[in-house]
Order: sequence, then C-alpha cells, then structure tokens
Amino acid sequence: MAPHLHDPTQHEKLDPAVLRDDTTFAAGRIAFFQYVIVAVFLFILAGFWNLQVQENEIYTEAADRNRIKSTPMLAARGKILDREGRVIVDNHSSFSVILSRENLKEEHLPAIAAGLNLDVEDLAGRLRRWKSVPKYRAIVVKEELTPAEISFVESHNDPDTFPELELAHVQHRMYPKDNLLAHVIGYVGEVTENELDQPEFAKYNQGDVIGKAGIERQYNDVLMGTDGERQSVVDSKGNERELIGYKDAIPGRSLQLTIDLDLQIVAEMTLEGRKGAVVALDVRTGEVLAMVSRPAYDANKFAGRIRRKDWDEIVLNPDKPMFNRAIQSNFSPGSTFKPLVALAGLESGVIDDQTTFQCNGGIPFYGRYFRCHARSGHGRVNLQRAMAQSCDVFFYSAANLMGIDKIYEYGEQLGLGRETGIDLPFEGKGLLPSSQWKARTLRQKWMGGDTVNVGIGQGYVNVTPIQLAVMIGGIANGGMWSRPHLVTDPNKRELHKLQVNPANVGSVVYGMYSVVNLGGTGGVARLPGIEVCGKTGTAQLYGYDVRAKGATVAKDLRDNAWFVGFAPRTNPEIVVAALFENGEHGNLAGPMVRDVMKIYFDKKARNVSRVPTLALAPLGQKGFAVN
Amino acid sequence: MASYRTLRDIDWALLLLSLFLCGLGVLQIYSATQGTKWHNAWWKQVVWVLLGLLLMWLISSIDYHTLLGQVPLLYAGILILLLLTFVVGTKVFGARRWIALPGGVLLQVSEFAKIVIVLMVARFLTELKTDALHWRDLLKLIGLVGLPMSLVMKQPDLGTSLTYLPILATGIFLAGLRWQYALILGIVVAVLIPSSWFLLKDYQKSRIETFLDPSRDPKGEGYQVIQSKIAIGNGGMWGKGVTQGTQTRLQFLPVPHTDFIFSAFAEEHGFVGVVVVLGLYFLLLMQIVQNAQTSPDRAGMYICMGICSLLLFHLLVNVGMVVGRMPVTGIPLPFMSSGGSGMLSVFMMLGLVHNVRLRRFVN
Repeated sequence: MAPHLHDPTQHEKLDPAVLRDDTTFAAGRIAFFQYVIVAVFLFILAGFWNLQVQENEIYTEAADRNRIKSTPMLAARGKILDREGRVIVDNHSSFSVILSRENLKEEHLPAIAAGLNLDVEDLAGRLRRWKSVPKYRAIVVKEELTPAEISFVESHNDPDTFPELELAHVQHRMYPKDNLLAHVIGYVGEVTENELDQPEFAKYNQGDVIGKAGIERQYNDVLMGTDGERQSVVDSKGNERELIGYKDAIPGRSLQLTIDLDLQIVAEMTLEGRKGAVVALDVRTGEVLAMVSRPAYDANKFAGRIRRKDWDEIVLNPDKPMFNRAIQSNFSPGSTFKPLVALAGLESGVIDDQTTFQCNGGIPFYGRYFRCHARSGHGRVNLQRAMAQSCDVFFYSAANLMGIDKIYEYGEQLGLGRETGIDLPFEGKGLLPSSQWKARTLRQKWMGGDTVNVGIGQGYVNVTPIQLAVMIGGIANGGMWSRPHLVTDPNKRELHKLQVNPANVGSVVYGMYSVVNLGGTGGVARLPGIEVCGKTGTAQLYGYDVRAKGATVAKDLRDNAWFVGFAPRTNPEIVVAALFENGEHGNLAGPMVRDVMKIYFDKKARNVSRVPTLALAPLGQKGFAVN
Repeated sequence: MASYRTLRDIDWALLLLSLFLCGLGVLQIYSATQGTKWHNAWWKQVVWVLLGLLLMWLISSIDYHTLLGQVPLLYAGILILLLLTFVVGTKVFGARRWIALPGGVLLQVSEFAKIVIVLMVARFLTELKTDALHWRDLLKLIGLVGLPMSLVMKQPDLGTSLTYLPILATGIFLAGLRWQYALILGIVVAVLIPSSWFLLKDYQKSRIETFLDPSRDPKGEGYQVIQSKIAIGNGGMWGKGVTQGTQTRLQFLPVPHTDFIFSAFAEEHGFVGVVVVLGLYFLLLMQIVQNAQTSPDRAGMYICMGICSLLLFHLLVNVGMVVGRMPVTGIPLPFMSSGGSGMLSVFMMLGLVHNVRLRRFVN
C-alpha cells in the first residue's frame, strides 16, 4: 500500500480529526468485497457458458426457427397407366391450405376450423402430432379447398392480425370412378406416427403422403416425387428479407401396369354385386391382365385426409372391402385342385390316362365313407371323364394311391403354399399340406384320410385366387410359369420350370378341355372358335355330411364357387381364375372367366389389323390411348 | 492544488479499460442498429463519450474534499431536480425520468443522483469516524439514501432506484455493522420484500413473474428474455461475426443497442468475446478497488468503493438479465449501452476515482 500521509491544512472543509483515520481498518472488508466481485463474474460467466457452449445447438436451432421460414412445394405423384398407356390414376390441381405455426395463436384455432370446415379437435390433434417438427416448417391442414374456403384463406392471411394461412397449389390424387382397380392401385395417405417409428419408413418425413396399399405402396419410391422447398429469411415481423433456398419439386415418375383396362372393366362387371375375385394372367409372362376383388372401396376417400365416418364405414364393413381377395383370401380350391392331383398322379405313375375307377356315389377309405358330389355315382370313369364330370371318387383314389407328399411335391413347384411373389403388399400364402407340415404345426401324424380329402381340394389345402391362376397356368404351359407381376421389371423375371412329361400335361389339359367343351361341368365357359379349357370348383365351407342332413345354410356359409380356365388349349396365352364367394357352384363362376377371355380374344382379333400402326408409333406418342 | 497533478499520476489502466469498453460499445451499437431508425446512435455515443471524458477531467480536477464539503448543497439540489421531473419532466414509455434541455437533449436526473449519493454516503460515514455503526446513524443514513430513492421509484423507475442500494450497502458494510444489527436488518428486509410485492406496480410484478417463468408470456415480457437467450446461445463459442447476428439484425432482439447490447455482442462475438469483455470489466472493477485501497483517507475509500459496488451492481443486473439470470429491469450496461446520461454519469464517477487517485500522495 502507498504511504498514507495526511495534511489537515488541505481539508479545511472537514473536521481534521476525521482525517487522521486511515483506511486500514477496512482492508479485510475490501478483500471480502473483491471475492464478491469474483463471485458475481463467475455467476454471470456460468450463464454464458451454459447458453453458448452447453446448449449452443438448442439456441442455434431456435434462432433458425426464428428467422427461416420454409414453405413446402409439394411434388406431384406419378401417373399410373395401363398396358396400352391409358391413364388409370392421375392428379388434378387443387388448393391446399398451409399453416405457418410460428405465429399461431391458440385462440385462433376455432376460427380457422370454422373457416375451413374442419373439426377443432381434429385440427388441434394435428398440431399436436406436428409438435416434434421444427416450427418454421409450415404444415398442410386441409386439401382440396372449396372456393369458399379459398376465399376464407385469402381474406385471412394478414400476418399482423391472423396467423399465417397460405394457399398452396397442389396436384391431388384422382382415382378411377366406381372403385375400378381399387385393390390393385391401393391408395395414398399421410404417413402416420406409428409408421415413422418403423425402419422401412425412416426415409419419410412427418406430413409426407405415401402409398398405403397396392401399387401405390409397392412402387411408392417410383411414384412419389421429392417435395421442393422455399426457404426465406424473415424478420421478427414476418416480413420476408431474402430468399435463401429454392428447391424445385421433382414430380414422381409414371408407372405402366400390365393391366389391360378392357379386360379389367369386364372382370369388374362380372363381379358386380358379388363377393369374390377375378385374376387374369398372361400364361407366357406372368403379366397380370386383370385383377378384381369385390366388395371394393372408393380410394378417392383416402386420397385426401379421410373422414372418420368414411373410415369406419369401410373398416367396420363385415365383408371387408379393404381385403384384396385376389391375393389375400385363403380358401379351399375344391375341384380346381384336381388338375394338380391328376398331373402328380400321372407323373408319379400311380395312374395313366387309361386308369379307371368305379364311382358309386362314394368310396370307403380307412373306415370312413367319402362321398362323391354325384349321389348316384359316375360309374367307371377314366381321367378325362373324371375331370369333365369332376368325379370325386377318381381323385380320392388317385390321391390315396400316390400319398400326400407327391401332391405336395408338384403343388409346391407350381407355386402353392407360398407367396407367388406378385408385386403387391400383404400377399397371402395359402396352405399346401404335407406330412411334415402336419407333424410340425399340428403335432399330429398325417392320416390317410387327410390325403383323400386333399385329393379333391378339400381338407387342409388352401389357395389364393392368384395361386390358383399360377398353378393352372403353369400346368397348361407344360410346367413353366413366371412370377406374376403388375409392373414388368426385366431384373425380376423369375421363371419356374417343373420337369414334366408333355404327354401327361396333354392328358390333364385334355381333361380340362372336356370340362368346357365335351359335356363337362364347365360348359358355360365355352367360347365359339376358342379352345377354352378349365375346371370348376365348389369349395365347401361345410362337409357333404352336413348338407346331406338338409340343414339350411346361411348365405355366408354357402359353398364358394371357383372357376379357373385358360385358352387356347395349345400354346395357352391367358389364364383366368374366378372366385365367387358363397356362389354355390363352380359353373356360376364359369361365365366370369368366359367373359374376360372373350374380350381378350376379341381384342386380339381386332388388334391384328392395327399392329403395323402400333409398331410404328414413336415412343411417347400415345396415339391410341383412349381416356 | 493542481500543481502536483501530472499525467503520470492518472490511472491509465482505468482510463484505457473504460475507453476500450466504450469503443466496443460504439462498434456494437453501429452493428446492431444498421438499417434501423437508430442507425446514427453510434456517433451520438461517440459524442457522449467525449463529453464524458471532459466531465471526468473536470471532476477529477476539483479536490474531492471540496466536493464532499458541498454535499448538503448537492443533495438538496438533486432532490429539487428530482421533484422537478414530476413537474416539467418528459414522459417516455409512461415514466417521467427526463428533463428536457435546450437542443433536444434529455437528461436523466436519477443517473446524476448516483454521484451525489456516493459523495453523501462517503461524507456521512467519514464524519462518524467509527468502526461500528450505531443504529441511530444507520437509520439516518438509510433515510438519506431512501429519500431520493423513493422519488426515483415514483417516476417510476425501479431499476435505477435500486442502483442506489449497493452504494448504501457497501458503505454500511465497510463502516462496520454489528452482527446484531445485521441480523435485525436481515429480518426487516426479509419481511419487507414479500410485503413490498403489494406495493409494486402491475408491470413490475409481471416482470418478476416472467423472470421466474419466461414462457409464461413469450410474446410480452418473456419475449425479450427468450430472444436474448436465443441470441446469446446462437453466438456459440466463436460468435456469428460482426453484423452477422441474425437475432440482432432481424430485430428479434429487443433494443439491441441499449439494455440488450450485451446479448447482441454475445451473438456476434461468442463466448470467447464474452470472456474477453467480462475480463475487461473485471480488471476495471479491480482497478477501482485498488484505488480504494490506496486512498489517502476514508472518504476516498468510501467514494471508490461506492462507485465500484454501483458498477458491479449494474453489471450483475444488466448482464444477468440478458443471460436470463436476473429479472428484466431497465438498467443499462455501463460504458457500452447507448445513452447520454448514463455515459456522462459513469465518466463523472470515474472522474471521482481519478480524483481520489491523484491525491493519494498528499503531504
């Protein structure tokens, strides 16, 4: 410390006595004060350390949220076309309203909901779901605005008095009328929170509209475009200061299906008012020409944000309209299974085309009496007559002779018991039983009676309509079949070959030819000038025993009618499988197959004259596309 | 008297530190107000700094003992001026704090009252020449400080009136307070603070409530604190660069050149800049303490310590506020915040410190 020397004469204004005091008395207190200064600085510095170093990221993001406003520019989804380039699914222009949440005031919600005809609760729920997304990202609150709603938005987008509502021009999904192709196409919807938690959806963002079912889901990556974004810097008043980013929306690519709209429309019409499915495949390539499942639903209701009422109506319907029966329903194939049993029998040598069995309306096996559908019996039948008349006794006997594992071997190679690999989500597997299967899943020994039942397509065996089409098509094509598909992908051409004797195939095909053309059970499927082959099926939901007791059977427990046919007899081109649920008898499903084949061959006959023009049409010119 | 004053005796460290801080303040004002209606605040600030230096020189050249001798006169004068603000004061934001001078300059009397209170406390305690206060003197001193304080509170300007308290508290602490008194005083304060809640105006209550929970009113009182914290946090370790602070430039930060200048600085210069500037303030305060320690007499020590505690309080409340650790009070940051009266008064106080220092080798 500096020396303290006092000169009273210089301080005449004060009492000199005071000035004799020096400051040493307070030295300790001053030191204490210095510690206080240090403490204050540490206290303040800790605040900065916390904000700038520890929580820097939180605040940087908050600053960006403050200043960056990002407006989405929604990409249009690709069109879906039929095999001839005709448009099945398109988009149409509409307005959506986007809400910038940064300036949103809670008390404005009722007014917004009222102006946009939304439910306040729905709107609030929507905002809650978006909580995790940065606030500067605006969200779509309603699509397909009516003119009244558009003018509401236009008159309420003053940032000073009302939270920012903005119009966005979007391309909205438009599905065909009358539920056409509903199950094949599927529908789109906003990705849900549950989905976002799953790894396969990780690439999507909150608010993305993605395919939820059918082709829309399977080929979402092709169809879905990449949304663009417009990022601008705004000041605290919401005024735009500069444009910092502009990313154009990239529209999705168009997708051409193998579906032929003409066949599809006919197939749809044959099922009108019925419950069931129709699948038509090109035997040679596996291309799906038509696929229908009824009842169906209106995909347009899903295209926007589906209303609760509509959703309940669809989901709670006992007929399950969302269910694609063509690939998902598992039913007994009934007699349509017989061509497989016949082929397996011939190939394994237990029968040949001259083998006969005596049908007296039934036959006992393993202490049980197995009935034929013809109570009076078919008499002595060979393969051709057994196929034509669908004699159960013949196939009971053949199956019994070869055993279940032979049937399994051939059925498995013709695609039964597993997914066919069609490019649609949620395909069913059906069930092709084997002795191993029973031991494994039911922990029971396979019984001879089980085989006998399977011989006529009953018992444990279950198929989906697409499997049936693949199997029959595969037999008709001499044991060759391709993975059925809706979009042709040269990299995914799966060709399956089953080594069979062509003579045996000829015998089975001849039997199926007889079904339609030689006084068989499927005469209704006959087409003049075309060698249609096929097989009826009546799949029991109840055994013959119950029916014999004369019980009245409720409508939804009546037998399912099947028909599966192909044409022409040699070098087959098309195979069609039809399921008519509760349709009682297979010959009711026959006309459905016939009508689809008729349009196929009619078109083919007409197209022959058009072929040169078609071939010359340059790529991209859809001269023949009829909308 | 002036004969032994040489340039060498000036507290150069103190002067340089204060000028450096003023310079940073001017730069920050310039950066924060570009493109706003305050865009010429920076050169006004330069003028205030120059005027402040002039006043500092004037104050330091009059022996502080002479000034102490005039305390009754100064005290009476400031009371009259404070009362006058109620009559002729200019109302801004609902408070009468300013007296308009010719030339459009507004003077904030309460700022200059600080200097008078510093002198008054120093003289009062020096004259007691005791190491332990008697409680009669204690009450007398509280009353003397309380009178101008209550006038300022009435303006209303709670923030500035509170800045008188550290002068009083530090004076009492240094003069020596018996622990019994400290205890009683503590109890009284503990009782008074909750009951004073009912005396606060609504906006003052809401400020304190908002301090406790800024999200309570994110667009109002809390908005300022939230935006200030965002600005500071956004600065990160190294800062966004001069004129690059988005919070500041896009006007999310309220009054970035006055009360919230430090958050604007923190956004643009980051934690590193904050450490540097707080370091400068720390050195400045320590320099003033050093002058108190080397003071030739108690009066000088009381003056220096009163000023030091006042500046510390300013720093704590202002910087604490921008960083969200103190409630919002309109207390400016010494040397940096834009504003004339504050700048003049702080340089006058530095003048007093220099004054004390220049006279430490008296014979």
